[in-house]
Amino acid sequence: MMNKLLLGRFIPGHSLVHRLDPRSKLLLSFYYIGIIFLANNWQTYLVLFLFTILAVRLSEIKMSFFIRGVRPLIWLILFTVLLQVFFTRGGTTYWSWGPIVLSQFGIVNGIYIFMRFVLIIFMSTLLTLTTPPLSLADAIEAILKPLRVVHFPVYEVALMLSIALRFVPTLMDETEKIMNAQRARGVDFGEGNLFQQMRAVVPLLIPLFVSSFNRAEDLATAMEARGYQGGEGRSKYRVLVWHAIDSWSVVGFAILTVILIWLRA
Amino acid sequence: MTDVTKIIEVEHLNFRYPQTEGRPALNDVNLTIEQGEWVAIIGHNGSGKSTLAKSLDGLLPLTPDSGTIRVAGITLSEDNVWNIRRQIGMVFQNPDNQFVGATVEDDVAFGLENIGLPREEMLTRVHAALKRVRMLEFADREPARLSGGQKQRVAIAGIIALQPQIIILDESTSMLDPTGRIEVLETVRELKEQANLTVISITHDIDEAANANRIIILDDGEIKESGTPAEIFQYGERLIELGLDVPYAERLKAALRRQNLVVPQQYLTEEGLVDWLWTLHSKM
Ligand SMILES: Nc1ncnc2c1ncn2[C@@H]1O[C@H](COP(=O)(O)OP(=O)(O)O)[C@@H](O)[C@H]1O
Ligand SMILES: [Mg+2]
Repeated sequence: MMNKLLLGRFIPGHSLVHRLDPRSKLLLSFYYIGIIFLANNWQTYLVLFLFTILAVRLSEIKMSFFIRGVRPLIWLILFTVLLQVFFTRGGTTYWSWGPIVLSQFGIVNGIYIFMRFVLIIFMSTLLTLTTPPLSLADAIEAILKPLRVVHFPVYEVALMLSIALRFVPTLMDETEKIMNAQRARGVDFGEGNLFQQMRAVVPLLIPLFVSSFNRAEDLATAMEARGYQGGEGRSKYRVLVWHAIDSWSVVGFAILTVILIWLRA
Repeated sequence: MTDVTKIIEVEHLNFRYPQTEGRPALNDVNLTIEQGEWVAIIGHNGSGKSTLAKSLDGLLPLTPDSGTIRVAGITLSEDNVWNIRRQIGMVFQNPDNQFVGATVEDDVAFGLENIGLPREEMLTRVHAALKRVRMLEFADREPARLSGGQKQRVAIAGIIALQPQIIILDESTSMLDPTGRIEVLETVRELKEQANLTVISITHDIDEAANANRIIILDDGEIKESGTPAEIFQYGERLIELGLDVPYAERLKAALRRQNLVVPQQYLTEEGLVDWLWTLHSKM
């Protein structure tokens, strides 16, 4: 269950989006979140909407995966939208009750906010669906590299990230095993009220912590035995390659930016 | 006879884990291992086998009065510990806890990255190493989708990619099923022949010990005995106390010896013993 949440998000494929360099995907996703705030009328939102749909189509992944990405956040979205709808004044007022109003501007703003949420979620879902976690870790390392100037341990952080990702399935398996062992001793997981459920987690967490520390110690010894002495002087086996499609994506986003600036009110 | 060289020399090695009371983990250990030898180390749990293995690789906080360790002619010290580690490859017990890379090829490359090898050279060495342990078709697999034996073979590939002279197996097969165990040992045996490696295998498995050139028994941090498998197996049932899973044939031989029967000295499989028994009977 948790496994799907964390790792099952990546869907292998060979589409244009899959083949993009993770660095350009990560940076362009952040950039996209930035330029969404340029949109302020229906024309700009329409352009963004069409652009996002195009990106989704290029990934060759079914729309339903993206809609599923919106679902866990639906309450947050609705709350924000309703706040916007009922507390914005301006234009024709259709209905009012004390501080609460239903105005023309309020409805329009509500729709925009909703669009903004959905577009951001679609784009970030696109990133995680088409990029393996390890490539994302590589991209983060590459992007953080300039921070080495201020002695930020970029290599170490990147290695930590990749080891953490590598151990997720191992620890999942272990959790499963411990849960079964505790069930055999009569612990009920996922039963009773919140307090009882939290108490059931304790006999799970303690063995998990102990074994993780043991693993960490073994791993440290193994790494040292294999000559690991910190990030300095290491070479890299996996390298990221910037292709023509990456440059073209950047051009695509530049054109989008120009259109947005041109169309915005 | 060919010129044999002493690849490992240990003199008066003493070690006590910091903040521990009682007897030391290693007590005046003296040991010489020749190049190309396959040495099995046996001993009950807590007898100091892993401690000895780690000390050879400079993985313990040794003090100058701990004794001396020489590996391939280099005396272990803080300055050249990394040179010594390049001569020794270690495979540990738990296949999961030594798999550093996210995929098979990344893991094999880990040690090469550590010594700063250029990428071109890494690509060829990773390829060659995976081929030699027959894991090439799994190069892009994640560890979660490998068996224990496959993970240990990847660990071995990671070691031979660094071209060491010595391989230390610290109970590397103890968490594997019988097939995995055979896979791993066969791989090490082949590699040993090809590259004239020296192998030190810490084990509870009698078959693994029986195929060694020499067996060393460690007991409470001291070397109790050192000899050929035939010599050591004369201990019979007492080997169980010393941490070896003694098979039925050996236990039977010990029992027969107690009945004043002259039994063969060398290690026999169950079939071998049956053969010996029925020929013995027909001679009588
Ligand atoms: N990290 C440690 N700290 C303190 N004591 C240890 C540590 N590791 C092992 N020991 C102790 O040292 C002795 C030898 O252990 P070890 O070399 O692991 O034995 P073996 O590998 O033969 O089972 C044992 O008594 C053990 O409890
Ligand atoms: Mg041990």
